Amino acid sequence: MLHIKCPHCGLRSQNEFAYGGDGTVKRPELNKKVSDKEWDTFVYLRKSPRGKHTELWHHVSGCRQWIKVERDTVTHEIFKTAKVNEDI
Amino acid sequence: MQKYSVFNLIKNAFKGHKDWEVAWKDPTPKSEYDVVIIGGGGHGLATAYYLAKEHKITNVAIIEKGWIGGGNVGRNTTILRSNYMHDENGLFYEKGMNLWKSMSQELNFNVMYSPRGIINLAHSDAQMNAYARRGNSMRLNGIDAVLLGREEVKKIVPVLDFSENVRFPIFGALMQPSGGTARHDAVAWGYARQADSMGVDIIQHCEVTGFDIVNGKAQGIQTSRGNIKAKKIGLCVAGNTSVLADMLNITLPIETHLLQACVSEPIKPILDHVVTFGAGHFYCSQSDKGEMVMGGDLDGYNSYAQRGNLPTLQHVLTEGIAMLPFLSKLKMLRTWGGIMDMSMDGSPIIDKTHIDGLYLNCGWCYGGFKATPVSGWTFAHTIAQDKVHELNAGFSLKRFNTGHLIDEKGLGTKTWIS
Ligand SMILES: Cc1cc2nc3c(=O)[nH]c(=O)nc-3n(C[C@H](O)[C@H](O)[C@H](O)COP(=O)(O)OP(=O)(O)OC[C@H]3O[C@@H](n4cnc5c(N)ncnc54)[C@H](O)[C@@H]3O)c2cc1C
Ligand SMILES: [Zn+2]
Repeated sequence: MLHIKCPHCGLRSQNEFAYGGDGTVKRPELNKKVSDKEWDTFVYLRKSPRGKHTELWHHVSGCRQWIKVERDTVTHEIFKTAKVNEDI
Repeated sequence: MQKYSVFNLIKNAFKGHKDWEVAWKDPTPKSEYDVVIIGGGGHGLATAYYLAKEHKITNVAIIEKGWIGGGNVGRNTTILRSNYMHDENGLFYEKGMNLWKSMSQELNFNVMYSPRGIINLAHSDAQMNAYARRGNSMRLNGIDAVLLGREEVKKIVPVLDFSENVRFPIFGALMQPSGGTARHDAVAWGYARQADSMGVDIIQHCEVTGFDIVNGKAQGIQTSRGNIKAKKIGLCVAGNTSVLADMLNITLPIETHLLQACVSEPIKPILDHVVTFGAGHFYCSQSDKGEMVMGGDLDGYNSYAQRGNLPTLQHVLTEGIAMLPFLSKLKMLRTWGGIMDMSMDGSPIIDKTHIDGLYLNCGWCYGGFKATPVSGWTFAHTIAQDKVHELNAGFSLKRFNTGHLIDEKGLGTKTWIS
């Protein structure tokens, strides 16, 4: 069981959260011409690292805020958590 | 190669079983091969076997960082099926189903192929309609499919929960009678033994740590046991694909996720088929030893841990008890996990790459065991001929860019929502 420290609510069990995937992916800028390659990269391509991973989680059964989590994908150690608009 | 037969068994019994040949050798790596296959799982072993058998390419090495059969090929729940709606999947997996039929004879190794039938339960009218459509698509591709009503399902699998007040009543099911199971270890060992006998070097405990690429052309690999030159390199590393792709500076439409499975204590025969729950993600079959073999959802977040987490298991088994209430009385014998190469449309990739001589086999998600023979067969063709076979032409890497996805379940890119 993971224990994730929500920056708004404190330490909570994994059961209260929904996973949101890679938190480093950036949507192409709005109102700009976007090439197929940029869309491809944004929608489909993922680094999926073995080790440190910055990801999004949704505290869906808590404060309902999206948060950022830095976690090791091998050991599941959680190094840091942050509000979604903060740098991690 | 020594043939496995009842006569040889008797002959060796008289000698106390001391004179059996080794099933495959333990060679030291040569400095150069025509083809190097990375990953000694089912797909890597099958690829090497078909390279030697169908294409007469025998100067081949399989490079495995652990031991053969230690990855997903030895961790899966062994379900075989081709109950797909899309042509690319249906025709590909159906070729696989045909290869399964003759595998024990072809490999001279009993893979305990058991076409006991797979039954996907439906719990609403809408689901019955969807299954009717899928079944019709399957039949158009020559794949066997039968739509069963509630009473028919009750006759075939009476232990399911048919009581009145259940949350997800059984409306019926889609059945593929030729679906079933096979013994996963035997598949790995059978391919390994035959490949070895045709001259393939199976090199275990040798980890690939880098690639030599010169002017866009594959030259060889770097390993924990030295550098090996190769004219062609095939990747069959399942859940580790992104790690190797990173060494090649390639970013793929793949994420690595963990899937768990478990078995109960053995009991007398009670379940004759593979049955899947339709209102969630749970499936079950009974092994020859009598254990109930069960699995379901991914753990739900990127993971290379090869070992799972309890909340998912609890969730999956709750669904299991909804489907087969007697499971609640059983003790759990073992649980384990494997790491899956989840592709962004749920379908695999078997293709060439932009690097000359480098070939990619990945994206098997949680369903690659059944593909083992046909994946090896088509990948061997792709490597030997330097061009894709029509059976794997749809599984191209560029489909994500061109929009020709094979999104069987219509789930989109959120692979963790299984
Ligand atoms: C719990 C579970 C249940 C499943 N159930 C089913 C099922 O019922 N039906 C079905 O069809 N599929 C199922 N699957 C999926 C199936 O097991 C996989 O899709 C399939 O086995 C993957 O191909 P493989 O056998 O070649 O992989 P693997 O056996 O994982 O082979 C890959 C190999 O590459 C090696 N490797 C990795 N990195 C390196 C490196 N750097 N250098 C050298 N070697 C390396 C690994 O050690 C490994 O042995 C299941 C999987 C799991 C985990
Ligand atoms: Zn919170």
